[in-house]
Amino acid sequence: MEWANQLCENRQFGSKMTDSKYFTTTKKGEIFELKAELNSDKKEKKKEAVKKVIASMTVGKDVSALFPDVVNCMQTDNLELKKLVYLYLMNYAKSQPDMAIMAVNTFVKDCEDANPLIRALAVRTMGCIRVDKITEYLCEPLRKCLKDEDPYVRKTAAVCVAKLHDINAQLVEDQGFLDTLKDLISDSNPMVVANAVAALSEIAESHPNSNLLDLNPQSINKLLTALNECTEWGQIFILDCLANYTPRDDRESQSICERVTPRLSHANSAVVLSAVKVLMKFMEMLPKDLDYYGTLLKKLAPPLVTLLSAEPELQYVALRNINLIVQKRPEILKHEMKVFFVKYNDPIYVKLEKLDIMIRLASQANIAQVLAELKEYATEVDVDFVRKAVRAIGRCAIKVEQSAERCVSTLLDLIQTKVNYVVQEAIVVIKDIFRKYPNKYESVIATLCENLDSLDEPEARAAMIWIVGEYAERIDNADELLESFLEGFHDESTQVQLQLLTAIVKLFLKKPTETQELVQQVLSLATQDSDNPDLRDRGYIYWRLLSTDPVAAKEVVLAEKPLISEETDLIEPTLLEELICHIGTLASVYHKPPSAFVEGSRGVMHKRLPARTGSGESTESPDVGTAAGGSAPEAAPSIIPSQGDLLGDLLNLDMAPPTTTGPPPPNTGMQMGGMDLLGGGLDSLMGDESEPLGGDIGGSPAMGAGFGAAPAVMPASLNAPVGGGLGDLFDLGGGVGMPMGAYIPPKTVWLPAMKAKGLEISGTFARRAGVIQMELILTNKAMSVMTDFAIQFNRNSFGLAPAGPLQVLTPLGPNQTIEVSLPLSTVGPVMKMDPLNNLQVAVKNNIDVFYFSCQYPISMLFVEDGKMERQVFLATWKDIPNDNESQFQIKDCHLNSDAASSKLQGSNIFTIAKRTVEGQDMLYMSIKLSNGIWVLAELRVQAGNPNYTISLKCRAPEVSQCVFQCYEAVLKN
Amino acid sequence: MIGGLFIYNHKGEVLISRVYRDDIGRNAVDAFRVNVIHARQQVRSPVTNIARTSFFHVKRSNIWLAAVTKQNVNAAMVFEFLYKMCDVMTAYFGKISEENIKNNFVLIYELLDEILDFGYPQNSETGALKTFITQTGIKSQSKEEQSQITSQVTGQIGWRREGIKYRRNELFLDVLESVNLLMSPQGQVLSAHVSGRVVMKSYLSGMPECKFGMNDKIVIDKQGKGGGATGQSIAIDDCTFHQCVRLSKFDAERSISFIPPDGECELMRYRTTKDIILPFRVIPLVREVGRTKLEVKVVIKSNFKPSLLAQKIEVRIPTPLNTSGVQVICMKGKAKYKASENAIVWKIKRMAGMKESQISAEIELLPTNDKKKWARPPISMNFEVPFAPSGLKVRYLKVFEPKLNYSDHDVIKWVRYIGRSGIYETRC
Repeated sequence: MEWANQLCENRQFGSKMTDSKYFTTTKKGEIFELKAELNSDKKEKKKEAVKKVIASMTVGKDVSALFPDVVNCMQTDNLELKKLVYLYLMNYAKSQPDMAIMAVNTFVKDCEDANPLIRALAVRTMGCIRVDKITEYLCEPLRKCLKDEDPYVRKTAAVCVAKLHDINAQLVEDQGFLDTLKDLISDSNPMVVANAVAALSEIAESHPNSNLLDLNPQSINKLLTALNECTEWGQIFILDCLANYTPRDDRESQSICERVTPRLSHANSAVVLSAVKVLMKFMEMLPKDLDYYGTLLKKLAPPLVTLLSAEPELQYVALRNINLIVQKRPEILKHEMKVFFVKYNDPIYVKLEKLDIMIRLASQANIAQVLAELKEYATEVDVDFVRKAVRAIGRCAIKVEQSAERCVSTLLDLIQTKVNYVVQEAIVVIKDIFRKYPNKYESVIATLCENLDSLDEPEARAAMIWIVGEYAERIDNADELLESFLEGFHDESTQVQLQLLTAIVKLFLKKPTETQELVQQVLSLATQDSDNPDLRDRGYIYWRLLSTDPVAAKEVVLAEKPLISEETDLIEPTLLEELICHIGTLASVYHKPPSAFVEGSRGVMHKRLPARTGSGESTESPDVGTAAGGSAPEAAPSIIPSQGDLLGDLLNLDMAPPTTTGPPPPNTGMQMGGMDLLGGGLDSLMGDESEPLGGDIGGSPAMGAGFGAAPAVMPASLNAPVGGGLGDLFDLGGGVGMPMGAYIPPKTVWLPAMKAKGLEISGTFARRAGVIQMELILTNKAMSVMTDFAIQFNRNSFGLAPAGPLQVLTPLGPNQTIEVSLPLSTVGPVMKMDPLNNLQVAVKNNIDVFYFSCQYPISMLFVEDGKMERQVFLATWKDIPNDNESQFQIKDCHLNSDAASSKLQGSNIFTIAKRTVEGQDMLYMSIKLSNGIWVLAELRVQAGNPNYTISLKCRAPEVSQCVFQCYEAVLKN
Repeated sequence: MIGGLFIYNHKGEVLISRVYRDDIGRNAVDAFRVNVIHARQQVRSPVTNIARTSFFHVKRSNIWLAAVTKQNVNAAMVFEFLYKMCDVMTAYFGKISEENIKNNFVLIYELLDEILDFGYPQNSETGALKTFITQTGIKSQSKEEQSQITSQVTGQIGWRREGIKYRRNELFLDVLESVNLLMSPQGQVLSAHVSGRVVMKSYLSGMPECKFGMNDKIVIDKQGKGGGATGQSIAIDDCTFHQCVRLSKFDAERSISFIPPDGECELMRYRTTKDIILPFRVIPLVREVGRTKLEVKVVIKSNFKPSLLAQKIEVRIPTPLNTSGVQVICMKGKAKYKASENAIVWKIKRMAGMKESQISAEIELLPTNDKKKWARPPISMNFEVPFAPSGLKVRYLKVFEPKLNYSDHDVIKWVRYIGRSGIYETRC
């Protein structure tokens, strides 16, 4: 390290203030010299030597050879020296595990020292020595320190548990440290609480499904109390932890919000942002007509604005977050446009972010101001910034119709400046304005054409060519202009070539007489002289169209274009929701979910905003909405959690292909068909009779695997040629037997296009005539054609598996949508999932394999022969232990008991008996799942009371929660 | 959480390197140097992701501080921590420079060990840290002293130790404001705001309970019902407080009460946008005479009580890049063309309120064939005035110390108002 050497030459030794001398050491034999000094008798010399060692370590020299000599210095009452030795140990222990053991005794001894500072230091350092052998010795001292009388030691020990967990998670569990850590949440000292919360949160992240952070109203209350007393950092830990909690109802949500709002005045921006996160999340649960909701919205604006007077780096973090907040709740900052005006000496990263937010906030009310600003920015120095400003003007025109004219004239002014990149950027956005407001601003085309020569970027050239082609009939010399581009056809980028081809064809269709030669020229260039398949294909299509049917060609090529949307660059809603749950963190800075940049399992858990549900849900089971927040009860899309599974699925898909596209192998088809006919017939016969006989045949556990599940497979083989035609027929048949029809949840987006290279999948599940179907809508949002679709499920709780291939027979072109219904069987491999009704799916096409997970309503699995005989019901009800009973509330349901009963029957929930006691109807019901599990229910309906109480009894109580959700879904839809 | 913390000099050499997590290796040190410090183009973001590792950096003079992580950490917290780290180092050894860092590397490691545990920020109040992390080696402490230290570091009032004694109880309040303005050439205010700070320097014995009052509109209006309105009040858009202030009390009754740290602290920050007194008005007039000449005339008017004096006034008039010569005439102060800064800098030492002054300049330009027009950056201004442009007034600062017997009257209090220009620009 040269600088270190140079530095020391003219430095005096001896005085206290010249520690930098340690950064210099003579190169020759330095290790040897240091060794001698370390073993010196003089304390001062020893200390000097250790300092030299640390300095060498810092600059990256390997001084591990001195390990034993440094460790020898550890036994000292000089705290400064001790700390230096510890620092060395933390760095090198891993490379010298055997020698590190030498230090153990001292650590253990220090953990008993009278001085709390030394006890804490020892336990802190020991946790940093990541050697397995040492961890064993660490357990006892750590246990003592967790219960130390001094809070300083306890708060250090709390973090040490997280350290130990990182080295050896099993050991931490076995030793019961997690329980001790949980106890510390109730510690009297706020800092101990804060560190315990931080440690538990981190440990919980690596066990996404554990119920480690047992958040319930009591513990939340403790945290909120500690929030008022602990350090700024502790407040951040606690707020971040609170954000993972899902309150039971709107009232609890409001009371937490009330106690968190004072944090918005904290000087520490991170405290403010974390508080904003909690509020943004919990606000979801508040009814919008509540006064408090409005108050809260108003309270959020000022602190967000104040963040903009922080240091630039924090401003950047704040702006990235505000960008999200503005998309989620535009009302918060709609009056604050001015604070986002760019200052001349803002760092570039702040400027670019402010610009983004300005466009999002632009509205009719403030557009004049915004435009004036944007025009100023377009004359700045930074090229990226100027481009973005010009683009922003275009976006304003598209967003606020009233301003379009003014925007266009501003853009024209800018084109007059002749600054090359400004002109090009302006032309690109003007193209979009033309598309949004057709036949309105074409008068400016002449000005644009003047700048043809200065365009050297493909995007701008393509935009200009598009304009010329689109308005060829109004441009006198359109043919000349396009011809001039044609000269260097082969040097152009693909984008420009494609655009030029289309533009000339358009021109030809508009002015066929004069341009025949030109069109032939471009077609031959595109088809014969080009290696680019896209270009060739497009060329051939045009050629054939023009030669066979010019009228059709006109209809195709000059068809009316779909309008472009007002908002661009919006974050896709599910991602936005997830990012809102990550306000303040890196995810919110990158605008990417943590899984995109965090390795391993940590932080991959997807977070969701709570649903605005009132108080109906999860009253009885506090664990539903807690933990890492990932288990909100409604079925919304989420992503398959761990890397390991992905790999497994990938292999699965390639190795065992029962479900590739194309016709299924004939023999299996026949076989299944035979079974189907039988099973399906039987099943539909018994659909509404449901005598005990039916129960025995279709669903006794013995039969369940082989025969009982067969009906589900039916249409798979039958409907091979025509999508879901037969399924629909059967739907009709089913409708006769079922009074109301089964409940089918609305389709939700399972796989957003962003995550699947343009393939968007939304869907739902339905049970039609005893057949479970996955109904999918595949949309191709990419530019290229998709083919070769296939689907595969991961093992799941009820053995759901595709009963046939995914029927996508034609390739899916860009912007095309196809509806597919996939019959499912319940004979697939079984693995318990969490939540129980979670289904992990892999979809393959010619581009890639994509994964998503979705939750199916368990009512899909309710079989038609689920009506139990009265006597059997009574006996079974008694037989199932009371521990297995769970009770739920269904709120705001305004059906009377008969309507409810018939509605439920549509979903194969059968009412067996009804009893009326003191104006309260008690309905006794039975349900049978496809795997033979019976669920018995008692539904209490009181006239005039919209709240139902339901008790569920089942031998497998895990399903109760899911069944309850079904009740709620069915009754409310 | 934070996985590691590195400090580099301007050349990218590591001065301090402390790794907290296993997932951060030595190569992270180099990755930051190569991709950020030695990067060819200007830094485009304070957060950089290199090979799935995220780097947060701040720069102090020519020293780079970088925090590294592989997890989804609280980004705002990391930056707040880096700033705090800078504050702590400054409090210990003054300016953050390569020399000071090298001279104090042992101390810095000791601090890093204390204020960041496994990447989790811990108590980083200098007042508390100084009680047990010292430069002069370890002092032997009695058992009482030790437990006093630990209870202070972890306690509710982590920023103040007990047993402080002063013969003379004294406190200084500085209301420091920076007034920001962006004005159109026509004199229309595009945006204006004041960001202010109340800095308190206190030398008080014991654990004094303080209560701070100002002419906050909300408070005045509340009291206004009873007594007569006292003077003017101001509308505060938003304010934030030092962690010693009881936020829940402020939220409930809007009273600012606290036990201050000993010595200096920033009690409060605030922002106002209404009824701001703009101390100066700049009236620009730029005329292009042909392609090679510009005429610039700038008038400044002071807009405050004639009895007050503004100081350190500086007006900066930007000139085009192809300026070949400038002739300046000004009535007051000194003006100079600074070619290296592409600006005419006009300085006036003092100026009383309700006055006016003027400068005119002729700028000769070299003919260029550059198509790009001159961007006309705004004219900026610097100044200092002895009042608060927001109109904020300190109404009282009461001190109660129930255990020691000194009363509010015995405390000597000083209040001072300073208004400075922030970004004070007029477009021309």
